[in-house]
Amino acid sequence: MTKDSETSGVIQEVELSLFETQKKIYPRAISGYYANVRWFVVWFTQVLFYGTAWLTWNDRQAVLFDLAARKFYIFGLVFWPQDFIYLAVLLIISALLLFLVTAVAGRVFCGYACPQSVYTEMFMWIERKIEGDRNARIKLDSVPLSVRKISLKTAKHAAWIALALWTGFTFVGYFTPIHTLTLEVLNFSLGPWQLFWILFYGLATYGNAGWMREQVCKYMCPYARFQSAMFDKDTLTVTYDTERGEPRGSRSKQADYKALGLGTCIDCHFCVQVCPTGIDIREGLQYECIGCALCADACDLVMDKMGYPRGLIRYTTEHALTEKLDRSGIVQRMLRPRILIYTGILTLIVAVLVLSLTLRSPLKVDVIRDRGLPRITENGSIDNVYRLQIMNTEEFPHRYSIEVSGIPGVALISDTDFEMPAATTKVIPARIRVPDGAARKGSNKIIFVVRDRDNAAVSVTEKAAFLIPR
Amino acid sequence: MADFINNWLGTLLAFIVAISILGCAVLLLSQSKMKIKVGADGKPLPVETTGHVWDGDLRENNNPLPGWWMKLFYGTIIFAVAYLLLYGGFGSYKGYLGWSETDEYAAELKAGEAQYGPLFQKYMAMDIPTVAKDPQALEIGERLFLNTCAQCHGSDAQGVRGFPNLTDSDWLYGGAPETIMATLHDGRNGFMPPMADAVGNADDVLNVANYVLSLSGSPHDEAKAQLGKAKFAVCSSCHGEDGKGIQAMGAPNLTDKTWLYGGTVAAITEGINKGRKNQMPAYKGVIDEDKLHILAAYVWSLSNTPAKNAQTSNKL
Repeated sequence: MTKDSETSGVIQEVELSLFETQKKIYPRAISGYYANVRWFVVWFTQVLFYGTAWLTWNDRQAVLFDLAARKFYIFGLVFWPQDFIYLAVLLIISALLLFLVTAVAGRVFCGYACPQSVYTEMFMWIERKIEGDRNARIKLDSVPLSVRKISLKTAKHAAWIALALWTGFTFVGYFTPIHTLTLEVLNFSLGPWQLFWILFYGLATYGNAGWMREQVCKYMCPYARFQSAMFDKDTLTVTYDTERGEPRGSRSKQADYKALGLGTCIDCHFCVQVCPTGIDIREGLQYECIGCALCADACDLVMDKMGYPRGLIRYTTEHALTEKLDRSGIVQRMLRPRILIYTGILTLIVAVLVLSLTLRSPLKVDVIRDRGLPRITENGSIDNVYRLQIMNTEEFPHRYSIEVSGIPGVALISDTDFEMPAATTKVIPARIRVPDGAARKGSNKIIFVVRDRDNAAVSVTEKAAFLIPR
Repeated sequence: MADFINNWLGTLLAFIVAISILGCAVLLLSQSKMKIKVGADGKPLPVETTGHVWDGDLRENNNPLPGWWMKLFYGTIIFAVAYLLLYGGFGSYKGYLGWSETDEYAAELKAGEAQYGPLFQKYMAMDIPTVAKDPQALEIGERLFLNTCAQCHGSDAQGVRGFPNLTDSDWLYGGAPETIMATLHDGRNGFMPPMADAVGNADDVLNVANYVLSLSGSPHDEAKAQLGKAKFAVCSSCHGEDGKGIQAMGAPNLTDKTWLYGGTVAAITEGINKGRKNQMPAYKGVIDEDKLHILAAYVWSLSNTPAKNAQTSNKL
């Protein structure tokens, strides 16, 4: 480069920062079919999130993740650390669901249900109510500081922070009983960790939904990047129909655009103005596109006004455009092997999960043989001692009994019946006796059955080794 | 670090840490700006690639990071410096907060002491039989027993060969609460010397073994037992004339059917010939005094609760 400037003497150089400055996006409000769907999902997920924490079930919080006691309560179910596999299954289901939905309809999760989009939408609503729509906001940001500007900005940030703190409070309310938490907040007696997490989660909400917005999707989110790898030419994406729209250009409503040699796009930039990531969908599919279809809503509005058919921007597939497929053609292509395989695996895993949850035993038993040598009693019979680690995972006390079988004459010498308080773990020592000569020397298989005395359907069978000294 | 040699390692590490942080800052500063050509209109020309070319035709597109991301890098440098100042790690500097894992451990122990101390103090103030009536104390005791004693005495405390049954009322050294406490505290060293030479020849040993079995009415050869009776004199200095043993020295009672090593002619002959050596370790200093107190109460309760007594009797 230096060489160039030396030889030519004309070209000059400036030193520039190598990073991109964030261009602030002022999305314009839009109403329409997809906007309504978005708002429906916002309401649905947020009523669920803010509301569920307050529900009560069996005299306790309905959904509570008690990390200190290592018990997760979800309505009637209590999950213990031993049930951790269900978390893995839940994650597998989520991943498969993401694969499936993305292969069918692109990044609709991003556009409609992702918390980043949902909270951004809520924060933008507040912003719009306080500062006004796109043009008012652009104007407000361009004028120098004034009392009005300061008061509007203060009001906006105050409202944002209030919502963010409420979100943080609700989040912590899933880990600490929310009624207790409310009292602690009112008495200013929060524990340091609760305070930290309320503020941290609140700050993350405020920062991500208020300031970062599309930057999170563009630069931080890993899903955004790898979801594109799940697209194929039959995936529904928000698409600008180039053939129909081009050449774009302004015209009067009365003009015959075909005679003018124009397409249906009137180049009004409405689609660009409503886009929450600030892109121009007419340039084709871009990695910033979160598939929310607000541009489709905007375009339909304009097309209606112009008296043109709707759908210049719509959800469609690449093949639909190149091969001129109609609606049923698109649906037919949708049932391609990859979709069927995803659906099949997903259905299978969900079925296994449901089955496993229904058959899940509230009683858990582990049998551990004492390390010590077997004991030989007076009359030659052999004793082995075991520890039965019993867990009553239910929220009610239970009465259990122990049975043992597997060798002729095998018997339990210690107590057979015992009781367990609600949700407890206990070690029960059990002495098992086998008559002289009833089993061969070495290791013999015996079977423990722990049975609920009040409910015959609940029992756990565990194998163990009985040692006869050589 | 400086504890085991001199300061040079600490100084070296401090130097490396400082150089690394400084290096990161310099690298960031130098790489975040570049000279760009200016077009005819006075505005910088767009930069399509970074100018790096590999394999002749692979070019790196210019995909600049957002500004806030660059600032995060500077944030990590500030964080590193603040962390080193607060928590140490800069050579042998201990940090402004003086935090250490050892101190945190000590603090947690102290907090635990403050939380559970009163409970143990409460039981310390009671005598062992009173503690043995307290269900919560017994639960603590059972857990201590399963952790510490069950390896030898078994999870149900009924012992195995060589390790005494703690649930019956037969005691080698005595089953009074204080005696149990003394056993836990100082341990026991059981020792019976090889007696074969003192008893006589192999036949004599066999006869004495049969006599010993006859004391408890266990199966034995009556004729041999009669012959062995006289030879038992050498045993009586420890086990007593009547064979009932002496708890003060841990010599077992031979007239009951409780046998630590088995009640057969073979087992007893082996004992006479080779002697017996056994040990219960001392737990003084291993387990806190207040926990030993509860453990003693639990062990005492095993043979002194009506329900437990019923359980220990052999059912078969």
